[in-house]
Amino acid sequence: MIAAVDLATVWAFIIAFAVFVYVVMDGFDLGLGMLFPLFPAKADRDVIMNTVAPVWDGNETWLVLGGGGLMAAFPLAYAVLMPALYTPMIAMLIGLVFRGVAFEFRWRTTAARNRWDIAFAAGSLLATLAQGIALGAILQGVRVEARHYAGGWWDWLTSFSLLTGVALVIGYCLLGATWLILKTEGALRDKAYRASWVLLFAMLAAIALVSIATPFLNIQYAQRWFAWPGIILAAPVPLAVAAVTALLMRSLAAKQDSRPFLLTLAFFALSYAGLGISMYPYIVPQSITIWQAAAPQNSQIFMLVGVAGLLPLILGYTGWAYWVFRGKVRAGSGYH
Amino acid sequence: MLSNLDPIVIARAQFAFTMSFHIIFPAFSIGLASYLAVLEALWLWTGREVFLNLFQYWLKIFAIAFGMGVVSGIVMSYQFGTNWSAFADKTGPVIGPLMAYEVLTAFFLEAGFLGVMLFGLERVGPRLHFVATLMVATGTLISAFWILSANSWMQTPAGYAINPEGQFVVADWFKVIFNPSFPYRLVHMVLAAYLTTSLVVGAVGAYHLLRDQHLAGPRMMFSMAMWMAALVAPIQILAGDQHGINTLEHQPAKVMAMEGHYQSHKDGAPLVLFGLPDQAAGRVDYAIEIPKLSSLILKHSLDAPLAGLDTVPRENWPPVPITFWSFRIMVALGFLIFALGLFSLWARWRGTLFNSRPLHVFALTMGPAGFIAVLAGWITTETGRQPFTVYGLLRTADAASPLAAPAVGSSLLAFVIVYFIVFAAGAIYILRLMASSPHHGERGPSGDMPARAAGITPAAGVAGQGALS
Repeated sequence: MIAAVDLATVWAFIIAFAVFVYVVMDGFDLGLGMLFPLFPAKADRDVIMNTVAPVWDGNETWLVLGGGGLMAAFPLAYAVLMPALYTPMIAMLIGLVFRGVAFEFRWRTTAARNRWDIAFAAGSLLATLAQGIALGAILQGVRVEARHYAGGWWDWLTSFSLLTGVALVIGYCLLGATWLILKTEGALRDKAYRASWVLLFAMLAAIALVSIATPFLNIQYAQRWFAWPGIILAAPVPLAVAAVTALLMRSLAAKQDSRPFLLTLAFFALSYAGLGISMYPYIVPQSITIWQAAAPQNSQIFMLVGVAGLLPLILGYTGWAYWVFRGKVRAGSGYH
Repeated sequence: MLSNLDPIVIARAQFAFTMSFHIIFPAFSIGLASYLAVLEALWLWTGREVFLNLFQYWLKIFAIAFGMGVVSGIVMSYQFGTNWSAFADKTGPVIGPLMAYEVLTAFFLEAGFLGVMLFGLERVGPRLHFVATLMVATGTLISAFWILSANSWMQTPAGYAINPEGQFVVADWFKVIFNPSFPYRLVHMVLAAYLTTSLVVGAVGAYHLLRDQHLAGPRMMFSMAMWMAALVAPIQILAGDQHGINTLEHQPAKVMAMEGHYQSHKDGAPLVLFGLPDQAAGRVDYAIEIPKLSSLILKHSLDAPLAGLDTVPRENWPPVPITFWSFRIMVALGFLIFALGLFSLWARWRGTLFNSRPLHVFALTMGPAGFIAVLAGWITTETGRQPFTVYGLLRTADAASPLAAPAVGSSLLAFVIVYFIVFAAGAIYILRLMASSPHHGERGPSGDMPARAAGITPAAGVAGQGALS
């Protein structure tokens, strides 16, 4: 029994890790898509595209690992959550289709380039909004009866899920803007600095609103955050958010190109840890714990062997790919 | 309007639609990735510019096809949960790990090295770049391994037990992965991908040869493609025959549907060439038959008895008309590909490979034949598995999500509209690239870069690495 408990927890952390890597990696390239309207010049857009063209496909693979891993390690959770999040999931997939093909298509046509730029921006926005709404819909809980989702197909739509949707849009845009600070120079980078300031304040407001709203969703979250012993884990999170905010503002003011992106990643890590503290040990809040959803031990062990051996390797060659394309991307020196 | 329809029918239509669009891209990119690896190896080995030009030419096409494969594949990985949640819950412990291994061993490998393959030749130098190409090509094959293992398990489940929650759980991983139909399906599909690619490459070569017989690039690609078609088509026919015999052993009802055998035959079953299967009446109208040939093919004996669907309970019948026709389309195309291969061998022997117009016209018309054959083959095997999702164990009707018809119907409509816009555009861009002939100093996907010395050699590529990094 102890072994089973540990295995489910280990897998909860693996899935959480995959989703986190997805959020920050695809987060910045979805953010770039949403920032496209700020950069109408073709030369700027070419540079922005080229900062992610070699790596976007790898970034998106983490989403497949998150989804596939969830089905493999916690099939019940996957089977309940996907129908519950039906509309946001389909919207996300369609958004990802549009902006994924835009990476290649916009270089293959001059007449319709602008249309694929719009597809890139709108697809990124749709996918992000859908992911944020899905997060809110999971946090507010879904109705489950006898291993099935038992709610309607509009249950996900509440003011809370819309709030988390908008919050994620702001967050990804901030990731995208700070990525541009890291990868570009000149007027393009200066514009990204200005956008980052605005987005940072919007992000702080969004975090505040979501943090205030979350404990009121149901009793469990409030206890976790305001009662002993949850408060030991929970209390340092807001303090750390404040510290990261101060550092991020300083690096933006001092124009240290490499820092703001890393600090925004820290920002995301803290918010994500906060979510984890709220949810654990539920994988479907209020209904299904990670132990109830867990696949049989031999399935989880079989995959754990693969993850233990392959994940370091994957991180290694993914890191190498980023290293190959390191440094600032200049206009006219694109890969396309 | 939609609420009158059966949500399961719509969900099946949606899966069939998204899957049919998706399978086109892997069928092409598995073969093309291997072809690119061969081209780059030949370039590194011989230093001949024609191989580099062909590599860069097909790399641009690969980039678009691969991108469309990725986005349509992500849709598939979530379809199991959104539309088939009961299936996901019940088979997750068996199928889930196979797909997780596909992500870990194949998708990351492809995605991780794709950027370097597409854009990194000048940055990492030819040798490391070749490693990246090999990794992408290997990734596509590993991906085929896992996903075909998962699909084959649904066709011929083995090594499983059923737990109190009604889930399939694994008793023996080796038996699950190497289930009875898997080796046959894997060989058949990978050969199909290679044939599909060789037909596309051959058609593009033929198209340019029809306009100018002296172009080095089209001559080389046409010759390579015709070797491939001539060598692989007969192997594929043998592999298909073996796959059919394996299906007869493990999924007899599917073979009965493919053959149009509603009735049992005690002493030698006829091969129905054509006819109109009538599912309600349980017979094939206007059948044109060759006596005893079906027994000869399936049992290797003229008088061997063959059971028909009259031995199978009616509620377990697969839809015969679809299976029957899709099977015939696949087989007919297979023999046409075989004929193309023979024609090319004859032309090669006569020395007219590059100036036989009939051969070029034939090869050009056969360009899409691989895709159609792959689709027809998948329709045969998936429809022939019905009415089960996991053959004999889990009915399709019991596998769907608890969703109302309007939800599934609107998402189907959305996918249809989006896919036709996106994939039509992609097809146009690919055809546009194919319409121009590979030329001296061909640039890959990094072709918009400022002009450099055309026709880099492996040595110059190494020097270029120093200059750019």
